[in-house]
Amino acid sequence: MKTENQKAWFFVLPVLLLVAFNALIPMMTVVNYSVQETFGDNVFFWQGLDWFQQILRSERFHAALGRQFLFTFLILIIEVPLGIAIALSMPRKGLWVPVCLVLMALPMLIPWNVVGAMWNIFTLPDIGLLGYFLNHVLGINYDMTQDPLAAWVTIITMDVWHWTSLVVLLSYAGLVSIPDAYYQAAKIDGASNWSVFRFIQLPKMKTVLTIAILLRFMDSFNIYTEPFVLTGGGPGNSTTMLSIDLVKIALGQFDLGPAAAMSLIYFAITLLVSWLFYTLMTKDDLN
Amino acid sequence: MQKRSIVPIIYILFLMLPIYWLVAMSFKTTNEILAGFSLFPQTFTLENYKVIFTDPSWYWGYINSIAYVTINTVISITVALPAAYAFSRYRFLGDKQLFFWLLTNRMAPAAVFALPFFQLYSAVELFDTYWAVALAHCLFNIPLSVWILEGFMGGVPKELDETAFVDGYSFPRFFATIFIPSIKAGVGVAAFFCFMFSWVELLLAKTLTAVAAKPIAATMTKTASSAGYELGLLAAAGTLTIIPGAIVIYFVRNYIAKGFAMGRV
Repeated sequence: MKTENQKAWFFVLPVLLLVAFNALIPMMTVVNYSVQETFGDNVFFWQGLDWFQQILRSERFHAALGRQFLFTFLILIIEVPLGIAIALSMPRKGLWVPVCLVLMALPMLIPWNVVGAMWNIFTLPDIGLLGYFLNHVLGINYDMTQDPLAAWVTIITMDVWHWTSLVVLLSYAGLVSIPDAYYQAAKIDGASNWSVFRFIQLPKMKTVLTIAILLRFMDSFNIYTEPFVLTGGGPGNSTTMLSIDLVKIALGQFDLGPAAAMSLIYFAITLLVSWLFYTLMTKDDLN
Repeated sequence: MQKRSIVPIIYILFLMLPIYWLVAMSFKTTNEILAGFSLFPQTFTLENYKVIFTDPSWYWGYINSIAYVTINTVISITVALPAAYAFSRYRFLGDKQLFFWLLTNRMAPAAVFALPFFQLYSAVELFDTYWAVALAHCLFNIPLSVWILEGFMGGVPKELDETAFVDGYSFPRFFATIFIPSIKAGVGVAAFFCFMFSWVELLLAKTLTAVAAKPIAATMTKTASSAGYELGLLAAAGTLTIIPGAIVIYFVRNYIAKGFAMGRV
């Protein structure tokens, strides 16, 4: 049992101050912009909720939001099962395990714009390894600067390459924490592979999978750098995700009001969906 | 057993292909790259690396990145340790709300904060310093560290604290000499994540720096566009950004699997 102790606040204070400095002041700035109009020179006019209504009605925002949900949905349904499958097929112990883990973790430690640049070089139609292979060996006409479908396939493949390992590492961590006795008991009972997975492995992986899915949701929903470097949001607007669109409005067109209103709506959606995921996935524990 | 190991092998090959291509590119001359497709570097050259190691605008990018990442990791872990201890051992007014609020900052899109951060750090005159980027990255690294460390501390029995206090340890001495060593793995995993998310982040790092503290990742975008698209140089710079990450994973390799499992939601 935890003891009640209000002095614990002193332990939390440094964290609170640092995060508040970074979160509250900028957030207040955003809220401030979101209800005002400016024509430069630091002159502001009260605008009320106009920007919010404008963003919520704008087709451009709906389109970016739709693309964002599609992207996040696709990478989750690919990365989560794939990550679990790879974790299940890894050996439990042995010399090769640390080697495998280090190699698998490598993509996650590469700066995001380098990931974008790397995939750009990899997929160049005539001189990239993948681009050359597809165009000249398989004879598929592949050029992601022209074809929206090719751009989407490339971005999804890049994200699978980049982040599936997170699911693998977390699931694997859940798997190695299962005592051998569980498997032996299952063997004596004559359990099938599926029931071992369903009743022993999956429940043990549940907490780590919750972390994996939450992290993947947040990060894919906020994705900016990799698609920006790889496709620049194109061709056309076909790969313009929410963050790319937001930066275009805020820093490109310098429309501070609409950008701020969009930021708040965007953040609210991320919070709401994360909360939903979290509640759904931890529901059983509460009962 | 043997048949199953084909899956991780194929997966690792898939992971290595783009990395191989980047590394191979970095050893090619610009002429060779533009002349057409070649699986291996035909005229093996170290010219691209020589440019990076002799040009201050390149190699300072690495020093800058490593500087702010290190500062950030140290700050995040130092303040997260006592906070995580408080969350794992005590109940206090608003503890649950505070914990959730911390986590919400992990969900904030960096794009939302780019412009306000620029204004904030200009106002406090930290713009274009290591501190600006290191402090800004605290926004997502502190919540994550608290989250991970709290999970590890939950696994340490409370009797450890009580026995130490009975034995006459003061709190700071107990915390530094007994408690922290008992969650070494957790500190390692948390530091790994801080390093990782600070090292790979570019949007905020780029927004908060101009010249003096510019990260390597931003140097790459600028130089690549101004000097014409020099793929070989870009590939060499990219290859070098992989190395610090590889070194850090090597150090935590034994904790990776165990470490993750103990961190809980």
